[in-house]
Amino acid sequence: MDKIIAVFIDGIIYSSWLFTAAIGLTLIYGVMKILNLTHGSFYALGAYMAASLTGALLAKGMEPMLSYAVLFGSALFVALVLAPLIERGILKFMYSKDEVVIMLITYALFLILEDAIKLIWGVSPYFIAEPYGLLGSIEFGDLIYPTYNLFLIFIALISGLGLAWTLMKTRVGKLLLTVIHDPEVSRSLGINVNKFYLITFTFGSLLAAVGGAFTAPTVSVVPAMGVEIIVLSFAVIVIGGMGSLPGAAVGACIVGLVRSISIHYAPQLELFVIYLVMAMVLAFRPRGLFSTAEARKI
Amino acid sequence: MKDDRTTQIVLAAIAILLVVGFFLPNWAMFLLTIALAKGMLVLGLLPLMRTGLVSFGHALYYCLGAYAAGGLGIAWGISDVILMMLAGGLAAAVVSFVLGFLLSRYRGIFFGLLSLAFSMILYGVLVKSESLGSTDGFNVVKFTLFGIRPDDEMVRFTMLAVAAVTCGIAALALHRYLGTPLGLLAPAIRDNEIRVEYMGGSARYAIHVIYVISATLAGVAGALVGAAVGHIDPEMAYWTQSGEFVFIAILAGTGSVIAPFIGAIVFAVIHSFAFDFSPNTWQMVLGGALFLIIVFLPNGLWSLFGRRLRARG
Repeated sequence: MDKIIAVFIDGIIYSSWLFTAAIGLTLIYGVMKILNLTHGSFYALGAYMAASLTGALLAKGMEPMLSYAVLFGSALFVALVLAPLIERGILKFMYSKDEVVIMLITYALFLILEDAIKLIWGVSPYFIAEPYGLLGSIEFGDLIYPTYNLFLIFIALISGLGLAWTLMKTRVGKLLLTVIHDPEVSRSLGINVNKFYLITFTFGSLLAAVGGAFTAPTVSVVPAMGVEIIVLSFAVIVIGGMGSLPGAAVGACIVGLVRSISIHYAPQLELFVIYLVMAMVLAFRPRGLFSTAEARKI
Repeated sequence: MKDDRTTQIVLAAIAILLVVGFFLPNWAMFLLTIALAKGMLVLGLLPLMRTGLVSFGHALYYCLGAYAAGGLGIAWGISDVILMMLAGGLAAAVVSFVLGFLLSRYRGIFFGLLSLAFSMILYGVLVKSESLGSTDGFNVVKFTLFGIRPDDEMVRFTMLAVAAVTCGIAALALHRYLGTPLGLLAPAIRDNEIRVEYMGGSARYAIHVIYVISATLAGVAGALVGAAVGHIDPEMAYWTQSGEFVFIAILAGTGSVIAPFIGAIVFAVIHSFAFDFSPNTWQMVLGGALFLIIVFLPNGLWSLFGRRLRARG
């Protein structure tokens, strides 16, 4: 029984981590139809910035509780500086190109940023364990979990619900839905579509950076983290249906639980099983679980 | 056939490679061999890209081919490089034939992502199979050709010759294929699939055939690299490897069957110089090159050569 509870809890923690990482990707795809590989770079940049900044400030005798604010601040800094630069400076001129070509452009940017990270932070891993241990631990029956994990679930809920609320209930959100539905008609209605693209890209990248920044305390921050998160987030949003918010949530839960089950019962299948699920879902629902039918255009 | 420029160029290129290759230093022969093998894989990507499909999962067949070739040596002690390539091609053909039923239903990025998922499945399996050396992979037996193991000085050149001849055959065969009605359907599918169906063509069938052809070439290329390097590991199936192939394909352009080989050789040159020059920023150089090519040379390096060839008539 304990094992089943452990599987479940691990699954939820892993799902929320995946959800935070993937939700920005699905948002950007939904609005801009860009499969954005630089998402992995923002994730890694967020993690590096958070790890180095928190480490440096803690060494200078900062109040440890403030480190959570620093984590968020570093993500904010990375996204607000770099995302507008990429969108305004490069992507803006590419929107007329094919979806696949834009993806390749983000791939080129991803390669460039990957090495930029190595240039700035070097190749040796960074550790910041303080924020992880600071909150103590929490017991579920016989199982002990660091409270920080609850914090990860909290962040996933906040970003998911916050985004859903913004889309459904606010004026900006409703305008954004119009842009998603038909950018051309939105333009003719007087909506500044380019501004929405800028906001979406920045906000989506911010979510990736936040995901990275708050993951940093739980892992060792290494150069390969961007590459890994990219394929995992792809799996999540493809399973759920690209561009769908509930899809990302369901996709994250499926991948999270499947991974947790395989880690507890058949650890050698861990990596393989995630992509197997993705392939199975695509075989039966070519556009993911939460996709709508599309008319073929002649 | 006689008037066909492409055929003439390919035949001349094989001859030049065999003659010039003989006088190259060993390291250059090795780099050239690997570049030719990758060129053959990218040659397989060419008809797919003409159809408008970008596969982010061809590392699957590259790796599969290499493991099939290596497995041949381990299981039966077979070390003939031609049999190795046949085994690699066959393994890739069988797997791609099965997966093709599913993949031929997909277009655009969904095709790319699903093929990526399949290659990551293979990666996940290989990383966890201890009997195949897990993440370390294993050493391929020393190759022979027609039952003879070449002298140590001749090993590299033999491999280069095998690669050059194989690539030449593959290029000529694909060139012929692209001229057949089924081959000519590829750009039509990219332009407008529904009209292809109105014409009575089957897009799914054409894509399935192209997919198997391109996977087979990837399998042969993987076997060739496995035999040339003498070592194989699961990284060959990782998605960044597929990304590299797509990179070469973009660099080369889809204008001619010669383009992939030029692309692969230019890529090898950029790669080794960037790696020598600044080991920590070679990806940055590659990324920058990819970006510039997409923006300024959307039809790849071939558009530079192709224009001159056409102008000459």
